Amino acid sequence: MSYEIVIGLEVHLQLNTKSKVFCGCSTDFGSAPNSQACPVCLGFPGSLPVLNRKALELGAKVAIALNCRIAEKIRFDRKNYFYPDLPKDYQISQFNQPLAQAGALNIICGETEKNIRIRRVHLEEDTGKLFHQKDSSLIDFNRSGIPLLEIVSEPDMNSPEEAYLYLTALKSILEYIDVSDCNMEEGSLRCDANISLRKKGDTALGTKTEIKNMNSFKGVKAALEYEARRQADLLENGGRINQETRLYNAEKGVTEPMRSKEEAHDYRYFPEPDLAPFDFEESFLNAIEKDMPELPEPKKNRFVKDYQLSNYDAAIMASDKGVADYFEKCADLCDNPKTAANWLMGDISAYMKDNNISIKDLSLKPAQLSGMLKMIDSGIITGKVAKTLLIEIIQTGKDPEKLVKEKGLEQISDINLLEAAINQVIAENQKSAEDFRSGKDNAVMFLVGKVMQKTKGRANPNKVNEMLREKLKGVK
Amino acid sequence: MELNTLTGHRLIELLDKKDISPIDICNNIINKIEKAEKNLNALAHFDKENSLERCKNLSKTARRGALRGIPIFIKDNICVKDELTTCSSKILKGFKPPYNATVIEKLIGLDAVLMGKTNMDEFAFGSSTETSCYGPTRNPWDLERIPGGSSGGSAAAVSADEAIFALGSDTGGSIRQPASVCGVVGLKPTYGRVSRYGLIAFASSLDQIGPITKDVEDAAILLRAISGHDEMDSTSANIPVPDYMSGIKKSIKGLRLGIPKEYFMGGMDEEVKNSIKSAIEKLENLGAVCENTSLPHTEYAVSVYYLVATAEASSNLARFDGVQYGLRPENIKSIANMYKKTRKEGFGDEAKRRIILGTFALSSGYYDAYYLKALKVRTLIKKDFDEAFKKFDAIITPTSPTAAFKIGEKISDPLTMYLSDIFTISANLAGIPGISIPCGFTKSNLPIGLQILGKPFDEEMILRIAYNYEQNTEWHKRRPQL
Repeated sequence: MSYEIVIGLEVHLQLNTKSKVFCGCSTDFGSAPNSQACPVCLGFPGSLPVLNRKALELGAKVAIALNCRIAEKIRFDRKNYFYPDLPKDYQISQFNQPLAQAGALNIICGETEKNIRIRRVHLEEDTGKLFHQKDSSLIDFNRSGIPLLEIVSEPDMNSPEEAYLYLTALKSILEYIDVSDCNMEEGSLRCDANISLRKKGDTALGTKTEIKNMNSFKGVKAALEYEARRQADLLENGGRINQETRLYNAEKGVTEPMRSKEEAHDYRYFPEPDLAPFDFEESFLNAIEKDMPELPEPKKNRFVKDYQLSNYDAAIMASDKGVADYFEKCADLCDNPKTAANWLMGDISAYMKDNNISIKDLSLKPAQLSGMLKMIDSGIITGKVAKTLLIEIIQTGKDPEKLVKEKGLEQISDINLLEAAINQVIAENQKSAEDFRSGKDNAVMFLVGKVMQKTKGRANPNKVNEMLREKLKGVK
Repeated sequence: MELNTLTGHRLIELLDKKDISPIDICNNIINKIEKAEKNLNALAHFDKENSLERCKNLSKTARRGALRGIPIFIKDNICVKDELTTCSSKILKGFKPPYNATVIEKLIGLDAVLMGKTNMDEFAFGSSTETSCYGPTRNPWDLERIPGGSSGGSAAAVSADEAIFALGSDTGGSIRQPASVCGVVGLKPTYGRVSRYGLIAFASSLDQIGPITKDVEDAAILLRAISGHDEMDSTSANIPVPDYMSGIKKSIKGLRLGIPKEYFMGGMDEEVKNSIKSAIEKLENLGAVCENTSLPHTEYAVSVYYLVATAEASSNLARFDGVQYGLRPENIKSIANMYKKTRKEGFGDEAKRRIILGTFALSSGYYDAYYLKALKVRTLIKKDFDEAFKKFDAIITPTSPTAAFKIGEKISDPLTMYLSDIFTISANLAGIPGISIPCGFTKSNLPIGLQILGKPFDEEMILRIAYNYEQNTEWHKRRPQL
């Protein structure tokens, strides 16, 4: 039987405010345990929360970037449950009226686009962190009260790959608007996944499980792949899916049951009386909208239109703001955006990967890259020479024009010089010359390669090809 | 002269003339406490040396603040840095907050002398100060009787001249009802007038800190001292605080006062009824125009209150779990076991009752029928007042349906006990200010209180009416023989 996979994702995002959401404590990561805590974020009796407007501003920024409808009134609710990392034994969150609802973002799967709807975005406070020891547990409240934005999607994804693409697209937007470090390992971005299966063609949703404890986007994908298989096997063998929360065990690559919904909490949500509801001022929202940078998707569309990139290339160029800015500078300088994109996706991307750096750490200036590209276009250097030249520019910091002169890397188009090299190559490779003459057209490519080798890549390959053909035919 | 029997404003005069020093007042207070406290049990935490030390430190400095040298007692649910603050509950045994409530900061800034903490119903749950883990406080007028609650310790201390000024807190009448049955002045400010930062919450949408004093002028002085916007409390209002002293001395001629019929029905004590009637006549004699009116949703106030207040309380009291502070019993087996043991041993019966009630009211499947419905009716109650205040400058009612009842009389019958607050609860639900002032005595010499309710943030009006009444009567001058 064939099943359709249905996935919805809940992302928890730590907003990168300087101070916590309801008090003035610092949000720095990695400080000594409990060094960033006060009566408010420790939930001491008598303390009261006061909303950090910056957290609200960042939340609204996300909501606008995800095309959500923003609430007219800001309200908070209490989510009541007992847990030692929750100092008040309730969490200040938003239940009935979240900060924003009904948004969407696009993902690109191959050559097609898919719209994933966002159900809601709400603001809440993070909990402390527990450290379990042999006979006791310790609590660090530094994290308690850090602003957390929960972004809940509709169950619009139909494969683990789509879930992965959604997370990548979401992260790309969040980085563009600079609201979070989006670091899954440090926990500034966390993701829980809901997954269910249904028979192809069915409209009702199957019983879902909730998967937690993934610490990378690839982990989310792997966990969902495992879980989809597990559910399919169960259904295939006449079993039933338990509605439950499961933890992903990255080491074993499996999901394991945590708690079942039967024991689920009744959170007894009610309006937080310590924070009076207030209206979202239009001027506040307008200011956020005005400061909003161009987001990945409109940028991608503009790249297609203005620079004639393919959808695919444009999407890659637009997915990271640093890369996009870099690309655009090069494209404007060198008049050949397509080549600039190719170099960024090819050699430059490989260089950054090998050296484990990001675009902002790259010493190669856009002007240097476009200078080099111009020399290729005008035939001064060959593409082959450029590959080595690129590394030299990065290592020496010198401009490409200067390096080409110093090292004498100009392309050789001088017929006399080329002829000598060609004659030599034919003499040394009689067999290939014969092959070509007897009709194996491919053999000429081998000979071109030999000429390139002899000239250290500086020969104009088209010219060599042309001359070789002439020469071999003539001798015949 | 026994300085502890004087009012705050009179003591300020004497201090300014340098006839007395703060130490003199402090010593007089300590003498009275040593004499009366064993019978009264009004204080939860009091350290004689500590108080004297604070007083001496103050004497050395300039003492220019508005409360220069006046001693003050604080209800045990208001945080004082490094001093025991326990809400008269076992679960907060030994708890010393690491910070001061905003009102405490203000008092210190105005050179008041913090004396100690007063007894109260556990977590302010009660109308008799019988649910305290330190045992009941007794009424100075009759030691067999309750002092009201939950700020019973504060009211009894002021009434018995153990205190000049005291702070209470009022969630459903916890300042006004004890003031009424102890024969002193108690004022619940408008919700948002006084910062709640550092007040250990009972019901966050209803709680207010307020003054308990010997007369109206003192109430005005103390209210002004503690009022004002606080950035630490987002529910505190950014509305200027007037200097009440000039306003309250104006005549009440021509003021329109509403007498709601719903407050004069049912099983009301005849003596109380007659006292209120006389008080209304007195106000008319002073030129006020009194007229009958109606607050039609009054009958639902108690029900609404016990849903809203307990719901909020159930959540506010969740944090007392043994993890960070207060009681943590021995031999804990697991985290769930720790929660259960701590809360079982730490909370008294009434606290448990209210936590269970509130938890139930918020539970899935019941929320709409109870909590949500209660919020809707609360809005109706507020609208009743909005309507009435279109016509009236203030509303006059009794503070409590009876004078002080006997200790033990209602403690095993919570529903009857809850009705003690029947006339005070509406003001908390509507968020409006109310004051209780002495207006008579029963035949057995127990005080009776008059309640004046005002428009939001118009404390000046109720103080003015109270002041005019007080200046033309003698009730507030009577003191219990202890």
